[in-house]
Amino acid sequence: MDKDIKIMEKEILEEKGKLSTKTMIVNMGPQHPATHGVLRVMLELDGETIVKATPVIGYLHTGIEKTMESKTYSQVIPLTDRMDYVANLSNNLGYCLAVEKLLDIKAPLKAQYIRVLLTELTRIASHLMWVGTHAHDIGVATMFIYAFRERETLLDIFELVSGQRMMTSYFRIGGVAKDIPESFEQEIRKVIKIFPKKIDDYETLLTNNRLWLQRTVGVGKISAEDAINCGLSGPIIRGSGVNWDLRKSNPYSSYDKFDFEIPTGKNGDIYDRFLVRVAEMRQSLRIVEQVLDGMPEGDFIARVPGVTLPPKDEVLSSMEALIFHFKIVVEGFCPPKGEVYQSIESPKGEIGFYIVSDGSSKPYRVKVRPPCFVNLSALNKLVKGRMVADVVAVIGSIDIVLGEIDR
Amino acid sequence: MENLTLKKIKEKFSDSILDVIEFREEFTFIIKKEALLEICKFLKNDPELQYNFLSDVCGVDYPEREKRFEVVYNLYSIRNRWRVRLKINVGENESVPSITSIWEGANWHEREVFDMFGVKFENHPDLTRILMPDDWVGHPLRKDFPLTKEEVTFTHNQHRPPKRIG
Repeated sequence: MDKDIKIMEKEILEEKGKLSTKTMIVNMGPQHPATHGVLRVMLELDGETIVKATPVIGYLHTGIEKTMESKTYSQVIPLTDRMDYVANLSNNLGYCLAVEKLLDIKAPLKAQYIRVLLTELTRIASHLMWVGTHAHDIGVATMFIYAFRERETLLDIFELVSGQRMMTSYFRIGGVAKDIPESFEQEIRKVIKIFPKKIDDYETLLTNNRLWLQRTVGVGKISAEDAINCGLSGPIIRGSGVNWDLRKSNPYSSYDKFDFEIPTGKNGDIYDRFLVRVAEMRQSLRIVEQVLDGMPEGDFIARVPGVTLPPKDEVLSSMEALIFHFKIVVEGFCPPKGEVYQSIESPKGEIGFYIVSDGSSKPYRVKVRPPCFVNLSALNKLVKGRMVADVVAVIGSIDIVLGEIDR
Repeated sequence: MENLTLKKIKEKFSDSILDVIEFREEFTFIIKKEALLEICKFLKNDPELQYNFLSDVCGVDYPEREKRFEVVYNLYSIRNRWRVRLKINVGENESVPSITSIWEGANWHEREVFDMFGVKFENHPDLTRILMPDDWVGHPLRKDFPLTKEEVTFTHNQHRPPKRIG
């Protein structure tokens, strides 16, 4: 009897040696509410642990870079809106600054101030979108409603100044499209008066929320060296403790005139990224206030004959202005041969425009350096060894916009 | 400032530099393909320069040139806040050494250049199409790729008249 059991045991053990475990591939997306667009992630799973996560992108590829090559320099601006459709004014600014560098012109001070003001409001709007959807993914559905309610007030401001809520195309090469309306300052003051309290509300809801902490602290960690090596930028790299913000390090559009701080985290996890973004919203409010206090008088667009449109009353009274107007609208302008790279700090990170000019009125090549594209490429590093549910949280914390990734 | 970069590179890699261009206070080094990895390593690890951040890799197509593609690397130094640009010229059937061993972040950038221009990268861990579908024919950002033409994808239900009647 005992002998039989021993033989059986031996057989079972031998069987066990032959048993193999296989990893499983699960497709998350492209139609999945937590992927913030049409992103597909191929997850290789061992049980519920992630062995490898491979993002598959390109579902929203519309060939924006190719289209840009067939448009004149001014016609490209509306295309930049459609990349990161949550922070379109930042994209406008990056492109306009790049072309201005190519032409070697500068926007007048008032235009620079308006640009700073609106891009900072865009940053808040983008971060609101992020906090709403991210919290909704993790399980705090209330946050979504709050964030979108406040975001609407900012979109109203964009509508007031440019006529559009989202696809603003308000910035022009050399300045902005038109002067700010009279009620502009009053409206913004109204908004920024209530905002600090709203951000306090969000923090009350989330910062010490046990559920929130459990899902975010220590999840999706990346060290500062790895973050730099992978080319991450924006709140992600600052969450890992790298004090780098292009607004401070390479100031553009008179950002050096304003007083603000760069919030950084320590641990590089989702929670620190959350804290960084919330602190950034407060800093943006500070900048907006300073801009309103110091808004200078003057032109809203540089007067460069042949490049920027002359004022309408001049077009109607002066022959030269009429000719210039006609030529700019029909032909565009021809910058000198050369190439420039200009980047700005968008809400998601470093958005760069590399423009090659061959001396004609259309860009020979425009390459966009999309921050989300590079940030998403590190997804495998962030989720490896974690659970499936963490993928949702990590994707949310990267703050991706697929329109920009796929272009 | 950036002159230090210029001086150091010229000192160390005088044979590998084909041209230096300065435009709008930006320096571009046109370098030999063979020296790419060495120069990148040097720029990244030199204690005074520390170009440790790879901003962007992109391709440009000049069909009339003998070596039709340019691959452009935009580097940034987080410590010094400087930018520098490296460029190599590549012919249609040549390949480029991949810099993924130096910067992990180069992975997707190089895949995009491959997808859009058909430039091949040696020793790249996963050189596949990234934005276009896997079975796509052609490379869209080449200058000879038409902007609007689209292949007919489904032909099986096209009506064709029969060859013979009766």
